[in-house]
Amino acid sequence: MIFKRNFYIAIGAKIVNFIHFFGGLFSLAVQTFIQIPAKPYGAKRIFEQAKKIGVDSLPIVSLVSFFLGLILALQTAYIMQKMSSEIYIASIVAASLTRELGPVITALIVAGRCGAGITAELGTMTVTEQVDALVTLGSNPIKYLVVPRYLAVTFMLPILTIFANAIGIYGGYLLCVNRLSIRSNTYISMTFQSLVYKDVFTGLIKTFFFGMIIALVACYEGLAVRGGAEGVGKATTKSVVSTFILIIIADCFFTALFYFFWV
Amino acid sequence: MPMIELIDVSKNFNGRQILDHMNLNVDEGETKVIIGRSGVGKSVTLKHIVRLLEPDQGIVKVEGKNVLTLTGKDLNELHMNIGLVFQGGALFDSLTVGENVGFMFREHSSLKASEIEGRVKESLALVGLYNIENYMPSDLSGGMKKRVALARAICTRPKIILYDEPTTGVDPITADAINLLIDELHDKLKVTSIVVTHDMRSAYKVADRIAMLYEGRIIAEGTPDEIRYSHNAYVHQFITGAANGPITEGQSSILKNTEG
Repeated sequence: MIFKRNFYIAIGAKIVNFIHFFGGLFSLAVQTFIQIPAKPYGAKRIFEQAKKIGVDSLPIVSLVSFFLGLILALQTAYIMQKMSSEIYIASIVAASLTRELGPVITALIVAGRCGAGITAELGTMTVTEQVDALVTLGSNPIKYLVVPRYLAVTFMLPILTIFANAIGIYGGYLLCVNRLSIRSNTYISMTFQSLVYKDVFTGLIKTFFFGMIIALVACYEGLAVRGGAEGVGKATTKSVVSTFILIIIADCFFTALFYFFWV
Repeated sequence: MPMIELIDVSKNFNGRQILDHMNLNVDEGETKVIIGRSGVGKSVTLKHIVRLLEPDQGIVKVEGKNVLTLTGKDLNELHMNIGLVFQGGALFDSLTVGENVGFMFREHSSLKASEIEGRVKESLALVGLYNIENYMPSDLSGGMKKRVALARAICTRPKIILYDEPTTGVDPITADAINLLIDELHDKLKVTSIVVTHDMRSAYKVADRIAMLYEGRIIAEGTPDEIRYSHNAYVHQFITGAANGPITEGQSSILKNTEG
């Protein structure tokens, strides 16, 4: 009986936390949209964040997407060789990367690398009263801290994804041309023949939403930190886990949406 | 008319009553020290004055204006007129000392960079610091951080300065230097100040009047001498730092020995 009661209490608490989290996230999103056009624009801060999030993430994104393209080509070759259809490896690598793996893997890398960093930074600022100091110095923390990070992540993620797609395809190209005896011209022409505008575009639309998720969750968790260093650690973990889950759910939603409604 | 007024202010955090129908007046040019045990609501009181917190009940007035009704430009003006020195300094880690001190001007004024630089140097000189504009906050000692925080708070020449535990966490000599600084700024800038502290040495040194906060209310108020020789048992226990007395009555002996 007691077990049953505790079980229901635990479920109830989870539901309340869930509503609280999404309510807070929605409220932060609304405040952020309101503050984006407000002056001062803070272009310098936006560029600083864009460099941190975009330029500084490029090496890790390139490395991972290069090996991803290579692995994808190898795994596809395993099946295609059985059917003597190696020629289609290029098409499959290109479509898989641009439609799915490029956007999702790039988003997960940025969430792990930058989302965690944003939560830790804002969390530390919150517990050391720097966010309160901002308010007393007449600045809006949403405008000063959240807006630059939001804009930087949302606009840098699609750019990083374009790089990831290109480098991944190059990884597949290197493997196929050097190890599977597919001619360079054939690989390139098969890649561009199979890729249609929709493949690239749907992939990039997703990344805007992934960017929104990464920035808003990271900032929300950072600004909601309570309780010192331990609180910052917990918030950072929660931020990364929540972002990963939300990215996968959003990916599933958009993939289904594009599949059924954008033929 | 008092410069700062808290009328019947109550604040509850997660079922814990921090301020309970609290009343406090601070006159223009006065330095009022609020004393009380840790966690009694001293910092919460300061945060209500700058509207970092809003009361569940009651009114907070600064220069006769209810701060809870201020919006936009008026709220910005309130922040321009009040300098809050946070307990840990709350300096922005990512900015240099100079950028910290001149923050308000860089963000909210059309002053030229050279003019801002001049104001920054002037404010740092007022707290006895020179040529440290390019240092990062992480390069400074605890005492220097407090001084820089003070320089940031006075950079816009506010009418009111609020100090949250200005001498906590610094050595006795630095603490005394900070007390002298508070006195000096009071004389030079003619500001109204509230100093929140549980350091009685500091309280006696800087206060025009001392108020003791206990269980969410001001239970005693007077000049430093009136407080020093108060017959109020609660005040007496606090200022003498005795483990036994009415404040700790009902608490376990371990609590008596470890708290405060």
